[in-house]
Amino acid sequence: MNHLFFLLTLAAYLGSFACYVTNLVAGREWSGRIGTLLLASGLIAHYYSLLERSRGLHTVPYHDLSGSMSLFGWLLALTYLSLEVFHRQRSVGALVLPFVLAFFLFANLTAPGHSTAGPARGVAFALHVTLSILAYAAFGLSCVLSVIYLAEQRLLQKHQVGSVVWRLPPLDLLDRMSQSSVLVGLIAITIGTVLGFVWVDRLTGEVWRYDPKYVITLLVLAAYVIYLRLARNPGWRGSRASRLCIFNFAIVIFSFTVVNLFLSHAHRYF
Amino acid sequence: MEIVLVGLNHRSAPVEVRERMSFTREQARRAAEELRAQGIFHESLVLSTCNRSEVYGVPPETSRESAAALSDYLSRFHAVGPEHLSGSLYQHYDRHAVRHLFRVASGLDSMVLGESEILGQVREAYRLAHESGATGPVLNRMFQGALEVGKRVRHQTELGTRPMSVASAGVKLAERIFGKLGQHTALVLGAGAISEQVVSQLRDRNIAQLYVMNRSRDRAELLAREFSGKVIGWEDWETALALPDVIVSSISTEEAALKRAMLAKAMAARGNRPLFVMDLGLPRNVESTAADLYNLYLYNIDDLTQIVEQNRDARQSEIPRADAIVEEHVVKFLTWQASVELIGMVEALRGKLKEERAAFVRERVQRVPHLSPGQRAQMETLMDELLEKLLLDRARRLQGEKDLRRKIQNVEAIRDIFLPGRERP
Repeated sequence: MNHLFFLLTLAAYLGSFACYVTNLVAGREWSGRIGTLLLASGLIAHYYSLLERSRGLHTVPYHDLSGSMSLFGWLLALTYLSLEVFHRQRSVGALVLPFVLAFFLFANLTAPGHSTAGPARGVAFALHVTLSILAYAAFGLSCVLSVIYLAEQRLLQKHQVGSVVWRLPPLDLLDRMSQSSVLVGLIAITIGTVLGFVWVDRLTGEVWRYDPKYVITLLVLAAYVIYLRLARNPGWRGSRASRLCIFNFAIVIFSFTVVNLFLSHAHRYF
Repeated sequence: MEIVLVGLNHRSAPVEVRERMSFTREQARRAAEELRAQGIFHESLVLSTCNRSEVYGVPPETSRESAAALSDYLSRFHAVGPEHLSGSLYQHYDRHAVRHLFRVASGLDSMVLGESEILGQVREAYRLAHESGATGPVLNRMFQGALEVGKRVRHQTELGTRPMSVASAGVKLAERIFGKLGQHTALVLGAGAISEQVVSQLRDRNIAQLYVMNRSRDRAELLAREFSGKVIGWEDWETALALPDVIVSSISTEEAALKRAMLAKAMAARGNRPLFVMDLGLPRNVESTAADLYNLYLYNIDDLTQIVEQNRDARQSEIPRADAIVEEHVVKFLTWQASVELIGMVEALRGKLKEERAAFVRERVQRVPHLSPGQRAQMETLMDELLEKLLLDRARRLQGEKDLRRKIQNVEAIRDIFLPGRERP
């Protein structure tokens, strides 16, 4: 059954990507609409694929890299679709879907790891992990939007106003989309972190037991709060804020890789 | 139920002829009424814009004669001798007239390919004719179809999305940076014709505040008054440059009036908010090195002209897609038209057959005196049912056919057999 959902998700995401590309490159409005519908269908199929995986594990699939990546891809697509609907702007879909596809394929083409048995279960923990991954996905999306901003700005400044530039969102809207995405990420990471502390407190009573992940998470929080503050400042709004957003995501990647794999005691794949 | 179109446009007639042949609103209404009163058309409509004057009509007689009558009427109406109109007027009939109107509404026949004003002008011409009762079922359907095609072409192709003038290209570029301009301010340096074009475009986009600066304060005040702007004194550069998000400059100057240092100072004063500068002057009004300033976007007249050229090519490439939409709606309209003709024809055929059946029964009944009135009524009903089954049901079935226009010819053949010498319904 999981194989069926994998194929359905893959087909829907690939179709959505093709439609978004047609929308961006050839300016076909109907193609963009179909892209959105296919993305929504892909999200549903991907959800069932994750559900199948969860049934086997009896919890949210975050115990191995494959599960975490798949969940990340799903939340990235979900955040993008929410932003698309909220800002009524689908022309960046073609540039976001490759990341969704990459995470989905990476997750499904690597062998699932062994589930770590033990206390890492329960609603609070599941929410902690899910919200944290949602935050990372939202930060990832804001990074993509910032890269698009800088590319479009460069094209405008160099007077290379081709077809795609006319169809991309205005710079101001890209900026606002990026800020919306960061806001989603900040809310998710704040609640997720609090839930993490609650869960540790319930389990061990040792909330303040040092883990480098705490430090890096607080750093990520602070970095994005600073970004949101500066992005609303007229002098920073635009390219400076976009560069800061990309830099902040580099910290997130550092947290995901170096900190998780080499420094943290309790965080491995999220 | 044929359709005739006679008209002229920017391609068929020089501006002197177009001027003389154009209609005011009142003239358009009067002409449509007179054409019906004189029996040239059952339905009529005048479409008159700065580049075209066209009359659409549904004549009672054959098209060619109506077209000739209409050409004479137009010549008389505008007091322009036929010799001045020779070669300027074009005539289209039926399918070609419908296609022509649909292309006009889509902007495919406009001087500036894909321009959007024409759709509003078609809508207005239709509203005017409809309100005065000059249109009927055919022109109503045709013009409603034209408005639908126009909207579809605009939504589903990029024929009208890209700017085709330097002024609109500049304003659209500003929108690429700021999004909607309703919260932004603009400064216009110079009050010449090109500035006026840009200001008009900015006003259409509800720019929040407009400042005008010109050497001649009178001219600045005139422009500011016309577009609800404010005048800034010619010497007050520091204040002027710190205010706007968009600067449109088209002043006559021997050397660049806006130096890099001035703009750098202005950018600092305005907290480095993005600034879009449209330099439409020749020689250039803005020092080109200013383009390096953070968050400053500088476009001169050549940059904008180049964009317009690219857009022209892009619009040209959209023509096949727009034409496909037009053709789809032409077929839709002709199918509707054929189905209406068919209904009328079937009704006329039924009447004729019933008449003949009644005459037939009357004649035969005289030879069969023992028939009771009940039996006679039953016989008449049976004969009616037979006629319906044999002829009318089959003709009616054609309504569901896709390629009705072609198949209607067969029905017309039936009509010619059963209703010889009868005018089309």
